[in-house]
Amino acid sequence: MTETSASGRSAATADPIVPKPVSGTVDYLDQRVGAASMIKGLARKIFPDHWSFLLGEIALYSFIVLLLSGIFLTMFFVPSMAEVHYPEDALPVTMQGIEMSEAFASTVYMSFHVRGGLLMRQIHHWAALLFVASMVIHMLRVFFTGAFRKPRELNYLVGFSMLILSLLAGLTGYSLPDDVLSGNGLRITDGVVKSIPIIGSYMSYMVFGGEFPGTDVIPRMFTLHILLIPGLILALVALHLFLVFWQKHTQYPGPGRTDKNVVGYPLFPVYMAKAGGFFFIVFGVLALMGGIMSINAVWNYGPFDPALVSAGAQPDWYMLFLEGSLRLMPGQPEFVILGWTLSLNVLIPAVVLPGLLFTFLGAYPFIERAVTKDMGEHHVLDRPRNTATRTSLGAAFLSVFIVLLIAGSNDLVATHFGLSLNAITWALRVLIFVLPVVVFIITKRICLALQRKDREVVLHGHETGQVRRTADGKFYEVHQPLDEYERWIKVGHHVYRPLQLAAREDANGVRRPGGHLDNLRTSFSRFFYEDRVEPVTPTEIAAAHGNGHAEITEGEPTHAGELTSTGGTSR
Amino acid sequence: MSDQHHSSEVGRPDDDGGAMNLPERFENPGLEPHRHRLGDSDPKIAKRSERQIVFIFLISVLASIGGLVGYFLIPVDEPNVLNVRLSTLVLGLGLGLGMLGIGVAAVQWARALMDDTEKIEDRHPMSAGSAVQQQAFEMLRDGAKEANVARRPVLKGAVGGALALAPLVYLVPLIGNLGADWDISKFAHTAWRPVRGGDPEMYYQGQFRYLALDPQDTRIRAADVTNNNIVHVIPRGLPEQEHYLEEKAKAVVLLVRVDPALLKESPERASWSYDGIVAYSKICTHVGCPVALYEQQTHHLLCPCHQSTFDITDAAKVVFGPAKRALPQLPIAVDEEGYLYATADFDEPVGPSYWQRER
Ligand code: HEM
Ligand code: FES
Repeated sequence: MTETSASGRSAATADPIVPKPVSGTVDYLDQRVGAASMIKGLARKIFPDHWSFLLGEIALYSFIVLLLSGIFLTMFFVPSMAEVHYPEDALPVTMQGIEMSEAFASTVYMSFHVRGGLLMRQIHHWAALLFVASMVIHMLRVFFTGAFRKPRELNYLVGFSMLILSLLAGLTGYSLPDDVLSGNGLRITDGVVKSIPIIGSYMSYMVFGGEFPGTDVIPRMFTLHILLIPGLILALVALHLFLVFWQKHTQYPGPGRTDKNVVGYPLFPVYMAKAGGFFFIVFGVLALMGGIMSINAVWNYGPFDPALVSAGAQPDWYMLFLEGSLRLMPGQPEFVILGWTLSLNVLIPAVVLPGLLFTFLGAYPFIERAVTKDMGEHHVLDRPRNTATRTSLGAAFLSVFIVLLIAGSNDLVATHFGLSLNAITWALRVLIFVLPVVVFIITKRICLALQRKDREVVLHGHETGQVRRTADGKFYEVHQPLDEYERWIKVGHHVYRPLQLAAREDANGVRRPGGHLDNLRTSFSRFFYEDRVEPVTPTEIAAAHGNGHAEITEGEPTHAGELTSTGGTSR
Repeated sequence: MSDQHHSSEVGRPDDDGGAMNLPERFENPGLEPHRHRLGDSDPKIAKRSERQIVFIFLISVLASIGGLVGYFLIPVDEPNVLNVRLSTLVLGLGLGLGMLGIGVAAVQWARALMDDTEKIEDRHPMSAGSAVQQQAFEMLRDGAKEANVARRPVLKGAVGGALALAPLVYLVPLIGNLGADWDISKFAHTAWRPVRGGDPEMYYQGQFRYLALDPQDTRIRAADVTNNNIVHVIPRGLPEQEHYLEEKAKAVVLLVRVDPALLKESPERASWSYDGIVAYSKICTHVGCPVALYEQQTHHLLCPCHQSTFDITDAAKVVFGPAKRALPQLPIAVDEEGYLYATADFDEPVGPSYWQRER
């Protein structure tokens, strides 16, 4: 022990690599927790750089802002549904003497009589909107670039769970101020819960501690909102970040980047300065928004009253898809079977549809893996165009989500564009089935076209706009060939081919076990990989250059039937 | 076997071994040569960047000071909403620019002054390989052996049983208490239910609840209900009642007078209206929002939440939207002085459907 400390000190004095306070601190910590090895392992760890990697950071930083502003709010918010009268001498004038719950009264009072109270409320609300938005977009980035592939499937699930939890955080937080909007939000939640077969009525009773609204729900939501849900999110954030460190970040394809290396900048100093700086930017922007842009001015809505509702009211954006889903559903499918009421007109849009959408999202990495049967680790991201089917599925998914968002604002759309509400609703009812199919087809076309475009550029170079004349009087455009670094981005990717159908019966006519599953997998695989464009090969380039500039690119999709090998080409 | 996929370049078992060496694929050309920034060679440019960064930090400092000064100088306990606005604005600008300045300066520093050559680090497969796996398996086997669990099914069963039961003593009281009395039969009746010996101020003949205006809580004379205008109604005396909000959430009613010739009434409900005045539950049968909008031309009630539309002239049946059932009707009549009262409770639960609704 003394030996280490002595050498640590002597290292600091004899050869001052770092200033003494630093070496002293490191030495102190090293001897107690082994800090030097941690620094050795982490300080110069390489992180790849790309703007889209900031999306996850925005989510993280807005979560921190939520924690900080939330702590401020807890100091002044009173989570009670006891009825009080708003003080006669407090602002705003419109609320003076009005009967309301303590929760509502304290929210209003903190907005007008706590310096910075309104600012913190507004920061908190804007941060909540940004938090969920950045998480969703971050997830889209992960989806479309294939960052969820092995070995990151589990971290994908961690992120997915955080998304669900953040929706719950938003739902519980939105309910706390106990204004007309939040009360009706709770009421809709109550109606949805009641539609659950058999236990729904009891679940509603459990949430509200009796009948809606009762006096328990806000204290309960409060505990969920400030303790349980943020606690869970925090734990998952820690796990998420640990796994990012442990598995190292993915990187976009580029020259010199492979599945066996990481190209980027060291954690200390570049990444720390950029990421740390970015935290302050997010915080700063949210604080500015909170200072300038009013949000959820609850005193304009008034305290909750079960007889009141405001027309044209919108939930926060991340709940809008549910609202839209409820609005689109026709009312007919409610049935009474043997005296039991099955309310499919609520259950399908509010439980089944979101359930399906989220299951697809959560299960996607596993679906794709089953289809590719790809056992390898992937650290270089896909360019979305090169995974046409995945990209198209994602786009189709998004189109459903967007239809639901529009449906959630159909009344605003109707008044804004002077259209009939019923007509819009009917149009959206059709669109929700048709649009995903159309979007799928179009996106796939676009992806394949972009791949063909890549081939063309690789084969013939960039157009320069300069036209020359040959000796025999013909005109041609000068093309600038790609250098090998730019070319690599367009030719380096792996192309999957459909799994080959293994015969269901062996040579002796005996059925193989699992033949059915294999059939299913093969047809899925064909769905995913039948249409594809192969990247340019050196031979093709040589041929193209040999044939001169007038060559027309060959890049039509090849079809499974023409292939003999099931193997893919590799990076 | 499991090691095999770590050794190939991209690690796909379907790569037939040396596919990457075949000349028909391009080789990864390696990192592009680094392009230096102007500031890397020209100290003047680097100096300018430094000044810029210092300046941005300075803005941050000034903003923070401004925010603090604003906190102390702008009182919010005066009867003046403007101060609240100003305080929020100044604190927001102070905090926002203070933070933003630090962030922008730090990022600018990283971009302009820190070394920007890309570095390469190796990656290693997550698994340390089959040899290590083998060791792990052996340790598990040895541990299990030392625990002596093999061939002790009763012990295993006892562990499982104890572990499954113990948490119930936590969960059952938790969930059991959450639902208080679990009496979901309360969903089925409302404050309109006739009573015996009620306060005559609230109940006609001490029995039938009077209709009252929401929120004034004054009785309603049938003659005062004007044609085609909607009236928001609660049971008389409700605000003084216990569980006021829960009762109100079920009992709110809408009253409209329409031309009796327009009313399509079934024979059994002929006595439920009075002189063209009909009363319907205000709680949407979809998921329970108050049905608040009345279109006078069409006699339609519209729920603003998901736009279920009910036809007042036709038993409040659904004409559009996600609700299935008509709004429950409250049977009404007038007393000797012409005040409206409810002759009975709703004959079905109001609001959203639930499994036991018809029971
Ligand atoms: C985890 C992510 C979180 C989300 C998405 C979120 C979201 C929300 C939302 C939308 C509101 C309504 C704000 C308004 O009045 O306009 C709210 C209120 C509130 N939140 Fe959060 N919140 C989160 C975390 C937290 C944390 C960690 C705390 C405390 C430590 C907290 C404390 C509060 C309090 C006390 C209120 C009620 C005060 C008020 O409404 O003004 N929140 N939250
Ligand atoms: S609650 Fe009325 S339409 Fe949904």
